[in-house]
Amino acid sequence: MARTLTILQAINEALDQEMARDSSVIVMGEDVVGGSGAEGEMDAWGGPLGVTKGLYGKYGDRMLDTPITESAFIGAAVGAAASGLRPVAELMFSDFVGVCFDQIYNQAAKFRYMFGGRAETPVVVRTMYGAGLRAAAQHSQSPYSIFTHVPGLKCVMPVTPYDAKGLLIQAIRDNDPVIFFEHKGLYETEGEVPEQSYSIPFGEANVVREGNDVSIISLGLMVHRSLEAAETLAGEGIQCEVVDLRTTSPLDEDTVLESAENTGRVVVVDEAPPRCSIATDISALIAQHAFDALEAPISLVTAPHTPVPFAGVLEDQYMPDATRIAAAVRSVAGYAP
Amino acid sequence: MALTKDDLLKAYRLMRTIREFEERVHVEFAAGEIEGFVHLYAGEEACAVGVMLHLTKADRIASTHRGHGHCIAKGVDVPAMMAEIYGRATGSCRGKGGSMHIADLDAGMMGANGIVGGGPPLICGAALAAKVQGTRQVGVAFIGDGASNQGTTFESMNLATVWGLPAIFVAENNGYAEATAADYHIGASSLADRAEGFGMPAATVDGHDFFAVHQAADEAIRRARAGGGPSFIECQVNRYYGHYEGDAQTYRPPGEAEAARANHDCLDMFAGRVTKSAGIEREELDDIDRAVAALIDGSVSSAKADPAPAAADYLTDVYVDY
Ligand SMILES: Cc1ncc(C[n+]2csc(CCOP(=O)(O)OP(=O)(O)O)c2C)c(N)n1
Ligand SMILES: [Mg+2]
Repeated sequence: MARTLTILQAINEALDQEMARDSSVIVMGEDVVGGSGAEGEMDAWGGPLGVTKGLYGKYGDRMLDTPITESAFIGAAVGAAASGLRPVAELMFSDFVGVCFDQIYNQAAKFRYMFGGRAETPVVVRTMYGAGLRAAAQHSQSPYSIFTHVPGLKCVMPVTPYDAKGLLIQAIRDNDPVIFFEHKGLYETEGEVPEQSYSIPFGEANVVREGNDVSIISLGLMVHRSLEAAETLAGEGIQCEVVDLRTTSPLDEDTVLESAENTGRVVVVDEAPPRCSIATDISALIAQHAFDALEAPISLVTAPHTPVPFAGVLEDQYMPDATRIAAAVRSVAGYAP
Repeated sequence: MALTKDDLLKAYRLMRTIREFEERVHVEFAAGEIEGFVHLYAGEEACAVGVMLHLTKADRIASTHRGHGHCIAKGVDVPAMMAEIYGRATGSCRGKGGSMHIADLDAGMMGANGIVGGGPPLICGAALAAKVQGTRQVGVAFIGDGASNQGTTFESMNLATVWGLPAIFVAENNGYAEATAADYHIGASSLADRAEGFGMPAATVDGHDFFAVHQAADEAIRRARAGGGPSFIECQVNRYYGHYEGDAQTYRPPGEAEAARANHDCLDMFAGRVTKSAGIEREELDDIDRAVAALIDGSVSSAKADPAPAAADYLTDVYVDY
C-alpha cells in the first residue's frame, strides 16, 4: 500500500527496511544517532536533520556515531565494505569531501578494476548537497560532477520520495560504491511511496513530463524548477519534455538522446557551476550523437563560475530558477538559423 | 606579562562585547531576522580574550564555525560583523560569507571556517611565513574538542613540531562536538597528553578563567616568538547555547548550561576578582556594560538599515564571468 511520505521519511524507511533484512548493513556518521557519551537522551539528532532518527532504537550498535574524522570513518566504511559489510556512511555535507576524498577516489572507486575484478566494495556514502538555505560557500555546493567523473563510482540523485526509497535500496544492495546525493532543499518534498520494499535500477532516467517542442534535461532540485517552468510555458503554447537523469553514473544516454531527437531543441539545467559539469557533459553527448536532429544550439542554464554566496539576494541570483529556465526555453524554441 | 588596569578593562570590554553580541544574535535569530547557520560562542569568551590579549594585529589566527568571539577579540569591526551576519553590503565580507565565514586579513583574522579542521593547516602556513620572514609573529589555531580529532589537526600539529613553527593550538573543549560528547569521541585520556605525543608542550586550563588562559597563552606565545616552536593549550569550557541556533539540545542533561552560567561564568569570575584585588570599581565595569550595549544596539540597527548587496555583485571577486 502506498502512503504519502517526505523524502526524509522515505530515506529513513529504506534504511530501516534494509537494516531489518540484512544484518550486514550498518550506518555510520557524525551524530547519525546523537548523544553518544552524553548524559542526556540518546538518538538526540538522527543526523543534523533527523533523517536517521529512530533507527538507533531498533538497531543499536549497528548505528555508529563517529568522531569528526571523515577520512578515517569514510575509509573504514570502504574497508568494511571490502570485508563483508554493507556500510552506509553519512558524509554530512558533500562539501566536506575535501577532507576524505582519497578514500573515495583512490580507494573505493578503484578496487574492483584495479584488483582485476576480484573485489567488491558495497559502500554507500549518503551526502547532502545544494544551495538555497543561506548556508554559504562551504555548505551549499553541488559537487556531483566531480564524483561522476571518477570511474568506479555510481552517483545517484533522487528528487521524489518514491525514487529516494527505491534508489537507496538499490544503492545498499549494489556491489559498487555509490554516492547518494540528497538535496537539502528537498527533504520535505512529499509523494506516494509503497510500504513494501522495492528497488529502482540505476541508469534509467525518468521522463517526468512529456512534450514535443523543447527537451529540458535536468537533475536534482532543478528537476522541480524545470517542471515549474514547463507549466508556465505550456500556458504559452510551448510543450516541454522534462527528463530527470536520476543517476549521473551510470548515465541513461538513450533516454537523453531520444528526447533530443524527438524535440530537436534542448535546454540543460544544472545547479552546479558551468565548466566540466553534468550540463556540459549532456550537451557534448547530444552534440556527438544527435547532431542531425538539432534545430537550435543547446542552451545551458547553470550556476555561475563562483562559490555560493551567503546573502539571500546573491544566492537567489546564483541558483537557476524557473524564470531563467523558461527564458532559455523560449529562446531555444524561437531559434531560427 | 603583567596585566595593567587598562589591560584588565580591555579584557572585560572584549568579553562583554562578545557576550552581548551573541545574546543579541540569539534573540535576532529567534525573531527570524537572521538566515543561515549560526553557532554562538557565549560562555567561552575567556578563551578568545585570554589568548588575544597577547597578540598584535600582525599575528594571525584561524577560527572555526563558532567564530564570532575570536573575531571580536582579534579586533574585527563589530558593526561590520553584525552586518555580515545580516547579509549586508556593509558586512566584513560584503554579504558573501555570513556568520561562518567572517574574516579580516588586515586584522590578522584568517576566517571563521565551515570546515571542521580547516584552520590548523592554514596556521602552519601563517607561522611558516612569520618564521621565514623573521617577524617574530605567531599563528594561533582555535579548534574545538571535535576538531581535535580531525586528520588535518593531527597533521598540522606534527608539521608544526617538525618545522619548529611559531604556532599555538588552542583547543576549546566545551564537552561536545554537535550532539556527541567529548568523553565518547576523544580516545586519549586528555587532549594535552595527546599533544605532548606530538612533541609539543601542552597545558590544560579552566577556560572560564581569563587569568588561567592568559597565563598559559603567555608562556606558549612567548616560547613561539623566541623560536621555541609550537604549543598546545586545552581550555575546558561550557557552551551556553545549542550547537547551532535551533538545536533542541536533548543530549544535554537538563540545567547543564544554566549551572555553568550560575557557577562558572567567565564575566562573573573576572568581575569578582578584579573588583576585589585589582583596584577596579564595579561602576567602571558598569560603564563598560553600558557602552557595549550601545555598541551592539547600534550594530543591530545599522545592520538592519544597511543595504543588501547589489544583485549583480554575485559575479564579482572572481576572474571570469561565465
Ligand atoms: C569537515 C567537517 N565535518 C563536519 C562538519 C559539521 N560540523 C560542524 S561543527 C561540528 C562540531 C564541531 O565540534 P567542536 O570542534 O567541538 O566545536 P564546537 O562546535 O563545540 O565549538 C561538526 C561536526 C563540518 N563543518 N566540517
Ligand atoms: Mg566542542
